[in-house]
Amino acid sequence: MAAKNCIEKIWDAHVVKQVEGHPAVFAIDLMLIHEVTSAQAFQTLEEKGLEVFDRSRLMATLDHSIPTRQNRLEIFDPAAKKQVETLRRNCEKTGVPIFDFDSGFQGVVHVIGPELGVTQPGMTIVCGDSHTSTHGAFGALAYGVGTSEVGHVLATGCLLQQKPKTMKVEFQGSFQKGVFAKDAILKLIAEIGVGGATGHVLEYCGEAVRGMSMEERMTVCNMSIECGARAGLIAPDETTFSFIKGRPRAPKGADWEKAVAYWSTFTSDEGASYDRSITIDVSALRPMVTWGTNPGHACEIHQSIPQLSSLPQDQQVSVQRALDYIALEENTPIAGTPVDWAFIGSCTNGRIEDLRIAATVLKGRRVHKDVTMYIVPGSEAVLAQAKEEGLDAVFKDAGADFRMPGCSMCLAMNDDKVPDGKRCISASNRNFVGRQGPGSRTHLASPATVAASAIDGRISSAEEYL
Amino acid sequence: MDKFSQLSARCMPLALNDVDTDLIIPAQFLTSVSRDGYGENLFKIAREQDPKFPSNDPKYKDAQVLVAAHNFGCGSSREHAVWAIVGAGFRVVIAKSFADIFYNNSGKNGLLLITLAPEIVDELLESAKSGDYTVSVDLAAQTVSLPDGRSFEFEYDPFRKHCMLEGLDDIDYIASSKDEVDAFRKNQEANRYFSTCD
Repeated sequence: MAAKNCIEKIWDAHVVKQVEGHPAVFAIDLMLIHEVTSAQAFQTLEEKGLEVFDRSRLMATLDHSIPTRQNRLEIFDPAAKKQVETLRRNCEKTGVPIFDFDSGFQGVVHVIGPELGVTQPGMTIVCGDSHTSTHGAFGALAYGVGTSEVGHVLATGCLLQQKPKTMKVEFQGSFQKGVFAKDAILKLIAEIGVGGATGHVLEYCGEAVRGMSMEERMTVCNMSIECGARAGLIAPDETTFSFIKGRPRAPKGADWEKAVAYWSTFTSDEGASYDRSITIDVSALRPMVTWGTNPGHACEIHQSIPQLSSLPQDQQVSVQRALDYIALEENTPIAGTPVDWAFIGSCTNGRIEDLRIAATVLKGRRVHKDVTMYIVPGSEAVLAQAKEEGLDAVFKDAGADFRMPGCSMCLAMNDDKVPDGKRCISASNRNFVGRQGPGSRTHLASPATVAASAIDGRISSAEEYL
Repeated sequence: MDKFSQLSARCMPLALNDVDTDLIIPAQFLTSVSRDGYGENLFKIAREQDPKFPSNDPKYKDAQVLVAAHNFGCGSSREHAVWAIVGAGFRVVIAKSFADIFYNNSGKNGLLLITLAPEIVDELLESAKSGDYTVSVDLAAQTVSLPDGRSFEFEYDPFRKHCMLEGLDDIDYIASSKDEVDAFRKNQEANRYFSTCD
């Protein structure tokens, strides 16, 4: 039998039907649902007189447009309120389980799936959200879809799919102090560009990946879309299994052994081939930070923004436009740039480990007087854990605002916006024009770099604070 | 889904690489629960911040073909980006390359995405600046014809082409495979170790 990589194994295990010249009818094991990209899909079902195919493979929560203030139950924005109420009503009508406020598990979709133990190796997972690739950390083929496809899965449990190309991304070596998974993925995106992996599913491997916790692996897989890959995954191992074990929806008793045996088949065979491959040595990597208006506009923290004339001709116009927006000059150091806001949260860096790192840096120190810092836990479970560990007190003492769970300032759909013209150092995933609010200027970095920059009031490394 | 077969229409150039879906339709306009009404907010923030942004120029008012550069539609999976482009009157986007999810979403909404060679797209971006530059697109023949008589073929997935020409939804195709889907699910139960319901 030919050697297969784990992407091909999951693909093969989910092809329901393949007619020559047609896309495959492809089975989806789990769909996550949130308020922003689902209303029109439920509406399609109603219009077509279709039923939800299997509610036990569906799971909803509220995250994108909800408030994160302490008293969050009342939603003041009438459109957001209607959207949330529409999701609640759709779930009630169809029996789709919803993790609502104060359920103990409300949170960012990509944080709560793993927390509950429903994200498992070998699965296919979709959501109307491009960061669905987060679940790839568990050895699942997980990707974002549009609302039409949300409707297809609601009604049939399947999608029409073309087989993706595969790309192996090997992170060699181990990290220096102050350097994290976020820096590794930003390095990859900077190397290959924001369209560098279009049409491919990535498999991350190598020594650095094997040494990562599940939280770190989720950060890496989360940002696969930022280099154009629809999905990115990591073959499951003992780290994966021990994270899942004991979670509320994880298999128990005799089922556990059977599940692990099954999951273990989703590793890449010796000698498996890929359409492309790239190797990145992280041993000498320093913290990464973005300087422009897409995640590929990034450099190491001691480096300078590129000189325009050093770039290919066809990039110069876009980069000049990015620098005009972000109000920085070519060929100047990125470290030391003053910041007004700092944000830690999102499906990229809103998990408990991210908060622990932030607390390590912030403990006994103060957020700079000119900086407003939001720390937004990824879920109610992360919030509860943070309180149990006393992290909330560390954040409060440092002068940071520790808020309620949601997507918050990552995409600024709610009231959490960086004001026009203000600069934010952010542990989220996108620094697009206006992403954190109209006129906002975003610099992406790891939670450690964000915390250190919040203290210093300018972009700076956490290396000395750890 | 609306059918698409042929179109002769004016072009609007947008000579930027990596135009993301946040730029196409900013997140603050995503709170609607319908598919309509996004057209007026197409490129909203870019239009407000840059008076010279092409959508601000009345000479492109009747354009139905958007010409873009590399990696158009990257970023967020929001189908609202496609709804906004269609809502603003565009039926075709010609670019050097497209992002995957945006490409998929377009095919579900009758928006035809055409990839042409970079040097041809560069030429279109330049010519379209006149405001009255008209191209003819024929999906059945898979050609884009320019005013000077030249015609360029483009690649298009045969299945998606059939769906576009006939206005077919994927959901009907999947529904026609119900027996296979049921059999697949029955087989798969043995290896299922989760449920979202209690």
